[in-house]
Amino acid sequence: MTTALNPKFTFETFVVGAANRLAVTAGRTVAESPGSAYNPLFVYSGSGLGKTHILMAIGAQSKVLAPALNVEYLTLDEFVEAFHAAIAAGQGDAFRRRFQTVDVLLVDDVQFLTNRKEMQAELLRLVEALQSAGRQIVLTSDRPPAEIENLDERLISRFSGGLVVDMASPDYETRVAILRRKAEERNATFPPGVLETVASAEFANVRALMGALNRMIAYQAVNEAPLNAEGAKRLLGLEEPGAEAPPAAPAAAAPAAEPDEFSQFLSDVTVTVGKAVEAWRARVAEAVIRWEGEGYRTLRLGALLKQETPIAVDEAIASFERDVERLRALEAEVAQFDPPVAGDAAFRDPERVAEAEALAERVRAGAAPPPAPSAAFPLSAVAAGASNEEALSAIRQVIAHPGKKYNPVVLVGPGGLGKTHLLNALGLELAQRPGAIVACLSTQTFVDELIAAIDGNRVEWWRARYRRATALLLDDVHLLAGKDRTQEELFNLFNLFLDQERQLAFTAPAAPANLAGLEERIASRLAGGLVVELREPDREVRRAVLARLLPAQQLPAEAALIAYLADRPADSVRALTALVQRVAAAAAEQETPVTAAFARQILEGGSQSERRRTTGFRTSGLVVSSAGGIRSREKMIWDWPQPEDRVIEDLR
Amino acid sequence: MSLVNFTTREITCKIVYYGPGRSGKTTNLHYIYGRVPDSRRGRMVSLATQTDRTLFFDFLPIDLGQISGFATRFQLYTVPGQVYYNATRRLVLQGADGVVFVADSQARQLDENLESLQNLQANLLEHGVDIRTVPCVMQYNKQDLPRELILQPPELDDALNFRGVPSFPGDALHGTGVFETLKSITELVLRKLAQGAPV
Repeated sequence: MTTALNPKFTFETFVVGAANRLAVTAGRTVAESPGSAYNPLFVYSGSGLGKTHILMAIGAQSKVLAPALNVEYLTLDEFVEAFHAAIAAGQGDAFRRRFQTVDVLLVDDVQFLTNRKEMQAELLRLVEALQSAGRQIVLTSDRPPAEIENLDERLISRFSGGLVVDMASPDYETRVAILRRKAEERNATFPPGVLETVASAEFANVRALMGALNRMIAYQAVNEAPLNAEGAKRLLGLEEPGAEAPPAAPAAAAPAAEPDEFSQFLSDVTVTVGKAVEAWRARVAEAVIRWEGEGYRTLRLGALLKQETPIAVDEAIASFERDVERLRALEAEVAQFDPPVAGDAAFRDPERVAEAEALAERVRAGAAPPPAPSAAFPLSAVAAGASNEEALSAIRQVIAHPGKKYNPVVLVGPGGLGKTHLLNALGLELAQRPGAIVACLSTQTFVDELIAAIDGNRVEWWRARYRRATALLLDDVHLLAGKDRTQEELFNLFNLFLDQERQLAFTAPAAPANLAGLEERIASRLAGGLVVELREPDREVRRAVLARLLPAQQLPAEAALIAYLADRPADSVRALTALVQRVAAAAAEQETPVTAAFARQILEGGSQSERRRTTGFRTSGLVVSSAGGIRSREKMIWDWPQPEDRVIEDLR
Repeated sequence: MSLVNFTTREITCKIVYYGPGRSGKTTNLHYIYGRVPDSRRGRMVSLATQTDRTLFFDFLPIDLGQISGFATRFQLYTVPGQVYYNATRRLVLQGADGVVFVADSQARQLDENLESLQNLQANLLEHGVDIRTVPCVMQYNKQDLPRELILQPPELDDALNFRGVPSFPGDALHGTGVFETLKSITELVLRKLAQGAPV
C-alpha cells in the first residue's frame, strides 16, 4: 500500500533554481534532522514542478543519513485507502499504531482532503501524535493550506505551523539546466542553441518540458540527423505567429521565403553571440548554474560575471572546481567520521576551504578508528587440534569469504579456551584485506564507549565510527545483558552489516539461546549465523601450546618437560599457562634449570592450596573440573612413574 | 569604431551593402525591413531619386534587443552604386564591420561587378583597411532571371570570388538568400570580434 521511494528522485537529481531553492534547502534541512527543524514542512506548487521529487528526496536523504529511520511515503489517496481498508477490517487501531511509529511521514497531494471530514479528523490526530513524538511530517499540495477547500481550521493551523514553502515554475536558466541534465542522463546531444531555444519557450511545468525533450530525443533517434533550433521549434510547435512581420516587400510569390525569417535570424545571432562574443560569460553562467544546483555557493563566479571584460575566466572556473572537489573530498571524509559535522555550511562554500580543512582536521583528530584486533594473537599462534578443529575451519572459511560464508560467527565455550585469541586472529587476518577496517573489542569496551559517547553528546560520531568498519568482532557478547541501549545500537549495526555482507563475529560462554538478558532479536540473530563450540584443549593442543609457551617463558622446550606438562590435567589453555608460570616462577626463585623432574617437584610437591589452584575450584576432597568430571584427589595417582602410561585421557 | 562595448554592454554592427548600381542592395534592405517586427526596427532612411535609384544611401537600424546581456544593434547601410557617387561610398564605408557585396548576376553586368569590387578595395584602402581583413560575403542577386541572361553561381564564383568568401545565390525581390546573406555576414563579424576579444 505504501509506495516505494523512487531511487531516481534524490536531491542530487533535483535541479535547483531561484524558484525552488527555498523548498530544497528546507527539504535538505528536514532530511538532515527529521522532526526538529520544520515540522510539518508543507510544500506547495503547481503540478509537475517537483513536489513528489522533493518529497521522495527527503525520504531518500534521511534514509541515507540514518538507515534505521522508518520512512513512509504515500499519497493522500493511498492513505485514505489504507484507512478505509483498516476500518473495514475492524483494525482502525492497528492503522493508527502503524503510522504513529513512522519517523518520517511523507504525504503527497493533501489537497484531496477537500470534503473528507473523517479523513481530516484522522490526519489531525496523526499529525498531533507524530508532532508530539518529535517525528517528521512533510506534506505537499498544489495550493497553500488555507486554500484547500473545506479544510478543518485546526488542520490549517497545524499545517501552517511549521514551514510553508512554494515552488514556482523554473526560470529560463533553470529550464536550460534541467534540459541539459536530462539530455545528459539520456545520452542525447543536441547542437548548441537547441536546448536554449526550447527553454526560452514558456512551459507550464517541468513535466511539459520533459515531454518536449522526449519528443526531441525521439525525433533525433528516428531521423538520425541532429535537430537544429528551428527544427526543434517546428517539432514542438513553438513558432509564434505574432513574430511574423507583415510583408512590406512583394514577397508573396516567394515559396522559399520562411514566414519568420527574422526570428530565426535572431536565434541564430543569439547563438553566435553566445558562442563567439561572450563564450566566457556563458561558461561562467553554466558553472554557476551547475554548482548552485549542487548546493555550492558561487560567490566567486558571480563576481566574475560582474566584470566587464573577462580576465582569466577558465583559470577562475578551474580553481573554483578544484576547491569544490576539495570540499567534496573533505565532506565525504568528515561524513564517515561524524555525519552532523559534514552538514556544516563551510563544506558548501569554496570561499571557506581553509575553514573546511580546519574542520576536517578537527574531526580527523577526534576520529580514532574503532579498536583494532590485538597483534598479540596471530592465527599462526593458534594451536590446532581435534578440540578446536571445527572452530578453526569456520574461521578459515570466514577469512576466505568475509561476510559471505558464515555471518555472524559465534565462538562458544567456557573461559580460557582461546575464544579471544581466535577472535583477534580472525580480526588480524581480515584487517589484511585492502581497505579493511576491523573493529575488534570486548563487549565491555563497546558498552563503555557508547556511554562515553552519550555523555559527550557524540553518539552520531560513535555510530559512524562503527558503521565505517568492514568487520565487527565483539568479545564476550553476553556482557550485553541488561544493556538495552547498547543492544539497540548493536541491533542496528547488525542489520547494516548483514545487509552489506560485512563480517560479524562474537564470542560467548554459552550458546546464544542460553544467554540470559539478551534481547530475543539479538539472540536470534546470533543463532542465525554459525555457532561453533570450542572444547577443552586435547593433548595435541596442549603440547602445541606448551611448545610455544615454554620458550616464551625462557624455559627449555624439552620433550620430557612438554610431555610431563601436557599430561597434567588442565581444562583450558589458561590453566596450562598458569602451570607453566608456576614452574617458571619457582625456577627463577630457586635459580635452578627447569626439567621435567623439577616441574614435577614444583607441581606435585608443593602445598595443597597451590596445587588446587591449577585445577578449577574444589569442594572438599573433590576436584571439580569445569568440564564436568569429578575426581577424587586422594584416589588419584599423581606421581605416575611413567607419565606415558597414564590413562586419564582415555578414561575421560 | 567600438563594435562591442563591454562597459555599456552594447554590440553594434555596421554592415555595408556594396555593389554596382541596380544590383539590388536597397531591395535587400527592403526585404529585411519587411521581416523585422515594428518594435525592432528604426525608420529606414532612404534617399532616392524619382526612379528609385539610391541617391545618397539607405540606412536601416535593427535592434535585436538583449542578446546574452548585450543590447545588440545592427546598422545596415547601402551605398549608391553609380560610379559618380564615389565620395559618398567612401564615407558610408568608413567604420564598416562587414561588407556584403551584392553582385548582379546578369552576364552583361560582369564588368560592372568587377569594377565595383575594385572600387570597394580601393575605397577600403583609402581608410587604411585591407579588404582581406574585413569580413565579407557575396550575394549573386537576380538569380530569378531567365537562365540565358545570367551567370550561374559557380561561374560568378570563378569570376568574382577570388578570395573564396561565402557566397549566396539570391533573389532579393522575393527574399531568396537575403537572410542567409545577412546571417552569414553577422556570423563572420561576430566571430572576428571574438578572435580579437580577450577570453
